[in-house]
Amino acid sequence: MANKNLKLFVNPLNIDNPILVQILGICSALAITVQLKAAFVMAVSVTLVTGFANLIISLLRNSIPSRIRIIVQLVVIASLVIIVDQILKAYVYDVSKQLSVFVGLIITNCIIMGRLEAFAMGNKPLPSFIDGIGNGVGYGIILIIVAFIRELFGAGTIWGIKVIPQSFYEMGYQNNGLIILPPMALIIVGVLIWVQRSKMKELIEKK
Amino acid sequence: MGLKNYVANLKKNFEKGAKYEKWMPVFESFETFLFVLGETAPKKGAHIRDAIDLKRTMSVVIIALLPALIFGMWNLGYQHYLAQGMSDASFWNEFNHGLWKTIPLIIVAYAAGLGTEFLFVYIKQKEIEEGFLVSGLLIPMIVPVDVPLWMVAVSSILAVVFGKEVFGGTGMNVFNPALLTRAILFFAYPTKMSGTIVWTSDFDEIMANGKLADGITGATPLGDAAAAIGNLDAYHAKWSAFDAFMGWIPGSVGETSTLMILLGAIIIIATGIGNWKIILSVFLGGAAMGLLLNTFATETNVYMTLPWWEHLVLGGFAFGAVFMATDPVTATQTEKGKWFYGFLIGFIAILVRVLNPAYPEGMMLAILLMNAFAPLIDHYIVKAHISKRLSRVKVKQA
Repeated sequence: MANKNLKLFVNPLNIDNPILVQILGICSALAITVQLKAAFVMAVSVTLVTGFANLIISLLRNSIPSRIRIIVQLVVIASLVIIVDQILKAYVYDVSKQLSVFVGLIITNCIIMGRLEAFAMGNKPLPSFIDGIGNGVGYGIILIIVAFIRELFGAGTIWGIKVIPQSFYEMGYQNNGLIILPPMALIIVGVLIWVQRSKMKELIEKK
Repeated sequence: MGLKNYVANLKKNFEKGAKYEKWMPVFESFETFLFVLGETAPKKGAHIRDAIDLKRTMSVVIIALLPALIFGMWNLGYQHYLAQGMSDASFWNEFNHGLWKTIPLIIVAYAAGLGTEFLFVYIKQKEIEEGFLVSGLLIPMIVPVDVPLWMVAVSSILAVVFGKEVFGGTGMNVFNPALLTRAILFFAYPTKMSGTIVWTSDFDEIMANGKLADGITGATPLGDAAAAIGNLDAYHAKWSAFDAFMGWIPGSVGETSTLMILLGAIIIIATGIGNWKIILSVFLGGAAMGLLLNTFATETNVYMTLPWWEHLVLGGFAFGAVFMATDPVTATQTEKGKWFYGFLIGFIAILVRVLNPAYPEGMMLAILLMNAFAPLIDHYIVKAHISKRLSRVKVKQA
């Protein structure tokens, strides 16, 4: 049983990654990965929302009429997102301002709805919770990798701290403006998919 | 035949079982660059047989680029000395200056692009095709002369990897690699790619030394036209369409002289390598949009009153029409499609140029956009053919 739960957590990190394999949650991966700090906060928020939404829906799963299940799921997600939003505003106001509408848009993050429908509606609370956390972390890892690359080459900083020395700039180095733009985030995600598939041949679709 | 024997000797080291077996594709790439192999198409199967292969085709394009390149080198020096008020500098002084400014760009573009291609050739173990032969020369001709070399290298590598290799190499790319390099440069390092100080070589140095001659701003005619306020009189006092046609205006190496570009156009049309329909329709499209803008010019946008025919000799319009739009891989394949494709490039280029102040040169964006739409145009042309032929079919009623 413990082994099964471990798998629920580990699979989304790599072989069943929500971004790289299921291609879900791409929009927010493009929008908020300009800076590592914002991406990290986003990753934590989504992980918490996915985990607890899965837990709550799993607890309720036997009493939700299937015809209105989407509405119920949305209400749960929306309440959790509002809580997260309030917490962010209270404790990390600057990041919350930076994330702006994207915190509210966690509601529309396909990963959360996907996990509720695919997993929480048919599984017990504990595995559902682990599945939610696992998918959130799997999403978060990619977000952080993309944000790391984008912040390093786009702004020369990591977590807001300058890492590319001033002498580089004096020698003529410039930050890459393209990497700040969303298309480059898409290309980076594409490269990550490329790397993953060249390592894990079983992911490559048969022609 | 000394070189050929030498190459043949070298080849032994790369054959199966020999020491450098894995480097065979890379070696072959160099070999076919030097000599046409015995055959240009496999002996069996349905292939079009021709005496030349893609590499020789591309060599002709290189020759067609030379007039514009050589003129551009001289013009670089000319602009450089003109900015210092030395309009009487000797021809060779001017040419030498331009030559030594352009050669590093060419070397870096080739080294970065070819290096990336050879890396992929080595990984995939297949022979290189046209490779980077034309792109490597196009890139130095379409970027501002003072752009730092490492930026050219970074952009070339990104363009080759993401514009070409991920699609499957030469012949499979959706976008023109040289233009993609320029687009990457433009969006990644805008300060080095636009504005007034990038178009004349060593302009910032000249300014810093206080040698700048009166009346020189470094702006290209296109930039001046876009910035014109009130009316175009000041603009026309500074630049004439004849100057722009001949090419002694600031700009990137290849783009300034419409005359030299047309010379190149004659070469590629005469040898059947460039398609005259695309070139002609780009100019038609540009003229159409120019006319449209002239007709509906408002008082607030002076740029719209610039006579339509002047647009055709300014900026990278002619260069794009002749050498970029005609790229056989990224253009439309159907003959009728070429008219639509070219026309829309010209049309959109002038539209972007005039109505979007953020992009003074719309040619790059127009061609890249139409590159993306080329397969769609082909699809509908083919579909129209099919339905036209189907309508001729008479179904016999039994």
